[in-house]
Amino acid sequence: MLRLEKLTKTYKTGDQALKAIDLDVPKGQVLALIGPSGAGKSTMIRCINRLVEPTSGGVLLDDVDLTKLGSGALRKARREMGMIFQEYALVERLTVMENVLSGRLGYVGFWRSFLRRYPQSDVDEAFRLLDRVGLLHMADKRADELSGGQRQRVGICRALIQNPKLLLVDEPTASLDPKTSRQIMRLITELCQERGLAAIINIHDVALAQMFVPRVVGLRFGEIVYDGLPTGLTPDKLTEIYGEEDWEATIEKVEDEDVEAAE
Amino acid sequence: MPVLERDDAQVWRRRTTGQSLVRWFGWLLGVAVFVYCWQLISASTTWFFVWDAPRIANDIWTRATPPKWDYITQLGRPIWDTLNIATLGTIIALFMAVPVAFLAARNTTPSALFIRPIALLVIVSTRSINSLIWALLLIAIIGPGVFAGVIAIAIRSIGFCAKLLYEAIEEIDHGQVEAITATGASRWQIMAYGIVPQILPAFAGIAVFRWDINIRESTVLGLVGAGGIGLQLSASLNVLAWPQVSLILIVILIAVMISEWVSAKVRGAII
Repeated sequence: MLRLEKLTKTYKTGDQALKAIDLDVPKGQVLALIGPSGAGKSTMIRCINRLVEPTSGGVLLDDVDLTKLGSGALRKARREMGMIFQEYALVERLTVMENVLSGRLGYVGFWRSFLRRYPQSDVDEAFRLLDRVGLLHMADKRADELSGGQRQRVGICRALIQNPKLLLVDEPTASLDPKTSRQIMRLITELCQERGLAAIINIHDVALAQMFVPRVVGLRFGEIVYDGLPTGLTPDKLTEIYGEEDWEATIEKVEDEDVEAAE
Repeated sequence: MPVLERDDAQVWRRRTTGQSLVRWFGWLLGVAVFVYCWQLISASTTWFFVWDAPRIANDIWTRATPPKWDYITQLGRPIWDTLNIATLGTIIALFMAVPVAFLAARNTTPSALFIRPIALLVIVSTRSINSLIWALLLIAIIGPGVFAGVIAIAIRSIGFCAKLLYEAIEEIDHGQVEAITATGASRWQIMAYGIVPQILPAFAGIAVFRWDINIRESTVLGLVGAGGIGLQLSASLNVLAWPQVSLILIVILIAVMISEWVSAKVRGAII
C-alpha cells in the first residue's frame, strides 16, 4: 500500500539523512522503525507526508507518487495519513474537542472550521473516538490541562478522525512513563487492528517495540540495516544498528516482560 | 577561568591577571569620561537659575494651589476626546499591525527576500518617529483636530505593535503548526488553528499595553493642536493660569491610573 522507492534526503548542510531507502508496507501492517538518534527515523516519517521535502526518490501511496503532487493534491493525500507526535503537538490553548476536530481540517472549508461549525457526522465521530480512548469526560477541557498520557490519546483521536489508511507515529512514548508508554502502544496497535490501518512507528525503546509489533525495521546512518521479525533482533543485529553494547541484559528483560504481560 | 598551582592547592580565580587589568582600566576610563562630562556641563550652566529654582518652584506651587475645581466642567469633553484618540488610534494600529507582523515574521512571511524587508521598514519607520512629530506633520496635511491625533497615534503604534507581535509569531511552537499541516489543512486553516491560538495571549497583552501608552501620549498631542486635553493644557499654560494647569494634571493622572488598572486587569485575565 505504501512503497518508498530510493527515497533520499540530503539537507542543505550536506548531511545525508536518508540514503535511497526502499520499503514496502502492506495494508494493515504495523511496523516499528528503530535506530539510534540521528539515524533518520523522524526524517523518513516526515518525508512520507512531505513535512520535510525529500531530495529524490518516490513515495507511493496506493500507486500515487506523493512527491510529484501539487499543493492541493498534497493536502488531499495528507488526509489519508494520520500523524502522531512525540510531544503530542496538540494546540495547547484549544479544547480537547477542538483538537480532535482539527483532524477534519482537510475535509471542511475555512469558514466552517473557523466558526467551529463541523458537520454533525464529524462531531459524532469525535465523541465516539474520545469514548474509545476513555476521554469523553475531558472533551471540554483545555489541552494544556491534560496529563501526558491523556494528551497522547487526544493526539491519537486527532489522527484517527482523519479516517486515514496509514498512521505515521513519531516517538509516541518518548515523553511518557513506562506504564503509560505501554498503554499508549497497546492502544495504537489495537486501534490499527480494529480499523485495518497500517502504521510506521518510530520508537527508541527496542523492548517496547518487540512487545507490540510484528515487524521491525532498523535504520542506521540513513540506511536500512535490519528488516524482519522482532524475535530476529539478536545482540549481533542490535550491535549492527546501535553499536557496541551489552545487549544480553536488554533482551532478557524483554522476555521477562513478555511473561509478565502474558500473566 | 585560571587555576593557579600554589602549595599543592589549586587556587581558582574568576579571571586571569590580564583580564582583571583590562577591566580595571575600563572602569578607570569610564570614570574619567564621566568627570570630564560633568565639568563641561557645569561650565555651560547658568548657576544663577539653578540656585533660583527652588524659589521659583515654590512660587509656582503657591500659585497653582488650590486647583481651580470648578474648571472641571470644561475638562469633561477634552478628556473624553483624549480617551477616544487613544482608543481609536490603538484599534486602527492593530488592524494595520497584524498583517505587517505576519509579513515580517520569519516563519510566516511569504518571501524573506522581498516582502520581509518592506515589512521591517514599515515597522522601523513608524516606530522611530514620535507621535508628537507625526501629529505636527498630519496637522499640516489634514488640519488641526481630533482626527489628526487619531491618525498620529495609529501610525506611531503600528511599528510597536507589529514588532512585538512578529516576535511572538517567531517564538511559537512549530510542532503544533506541523501537526495541523499534517492533517491536510489549508494555509489559512494552519494560520487559524496552528498559529493564532498560540499568539492570542500575546496579542491581547500588546493591545492593552499599547492602549495604556497611547492614553499618556495622546494627552500631549493637544500641545501641537491635535485635539484632546493637551489643548486645554497649552491654553492654560499660555495665559499662566496655574490653578487650571494643576487641575488638568490631576485629571490626566487619574485617567492614566484608570487605564493602567484596566490594562493590568485585562492582562491578568488573559494569562
